[in-house]
Amino acid sequence: MSLAELDALDRRLINRLQEGLPLSPRPFAAVAGELGVAEDALLERLARLRASGVLSRFGPMYHAERLGGGLTLAALAVPEADFERVSEAVNAFPEVAHNYRREHTLNMWFVLATETPSRIAEVIEAIEAATGLPVYNMPKEEEFHVRLHLPV
Amino acid sequence: MSVSTCRSREAPVRDDQGLDAHDRAIVLATQAGLPLVPDPWGEVGQRVGMSGEEVLERMRAMHERGVIRRIAAVPNHYRLGYVANGMTVWDVDDAEIDRLGREVAAIEGVSHCYRRPRHLPHWPYNLFAMLHGRSREEVERQAAVLRERLGEACRDHRILYSSRILKKTGLRLSRRAPQE
Repeated sequence: MSLAELDALDRRLINRLQEGLPLSPRPFAAVAGELGVAEDALLERLARLRASGVLSRFGPMYHAERLGGGLTLAALAVPEADFERVSEAVNAFPEVAHNYRREHTLNMWFVLATETPSRIAEVIEAIEAATGLPVYNMPKEEEFHVRLHLPV
Repeated sequence: MSVSTCRSREAPVRDDQGLDAHDRAIVLATQAGLPLVPDPWGEVGQRVGMSGEEVLERMRAMHERGVIRRIAAVPNHYRLGYVANGMTVWDVDDAEIDRLGREVAAIEGVSHCYRRPRHLPHWPYNLFAMLHGRSREEVERQAAVLRERLGEACRDHRILYSSRILKKTGLRLSRRAPQE
């Protein structure tokens, strides 16, 4: 599904569901009522948007630290010739929640989420061993804002 | 020659959030996504051996405690036409950063905003703000607004555009209980 294939209702649904699903007994029925569609039609569309990759995920967004876990942003400066190998090595760690290529000398940026705060350092060491590259660890010292909303 | 900062401030040990084994089972059952069915709580309940009412009650409590930020759709930026995703990084005077960070975070279009440690001499930037646009020009216009707001306190900045999503699964706890 491309952007051009999204119809007006898909767009309203994507915009509305970035805001959050209500914690009520029939949450999809509640949102369907707001948008003026049937619950089963909404569920079908949402499943299609998720299956086609327009939505990466649909579900609870957990706050890693408040789950008692560790979280950090880390970066590597990867030589171009090694990029695919290093990318595979880094992605193989289940603790890597997401990983982006960025245009900079530090060209690989990934988020680590671990069961416990102390585990972060161990995973970083393991990534350094697996890639042969030093990891720049940039843990959050203060969170000013987290609220992704991409109107479509 | 490691440059990692291994001593971040330790978060408080777990369970000050009051999560028990039942809550944890719900986290494990839902971290990959919520079932797309009329009664998602009941569906999750069947997987973890609880009633739908109990699942909903526990998820509400986790939401109230901030363990769940929200239950939401996470779009693939690129697929929605947001092809310019810029991590803007700023070298901001330490004495001003907390006040300015809060101000920058409130600017329209900033999705995530954090203070992070510098890694001198290679990396002088201590304020991170994510911007998303349909073109790089759009992101540059947004960044100019941030630049204006930061004023004299900002020595330097960069925009690091993402050129590829290499992985995007969200956080994943494993089945084993954590050991402190």
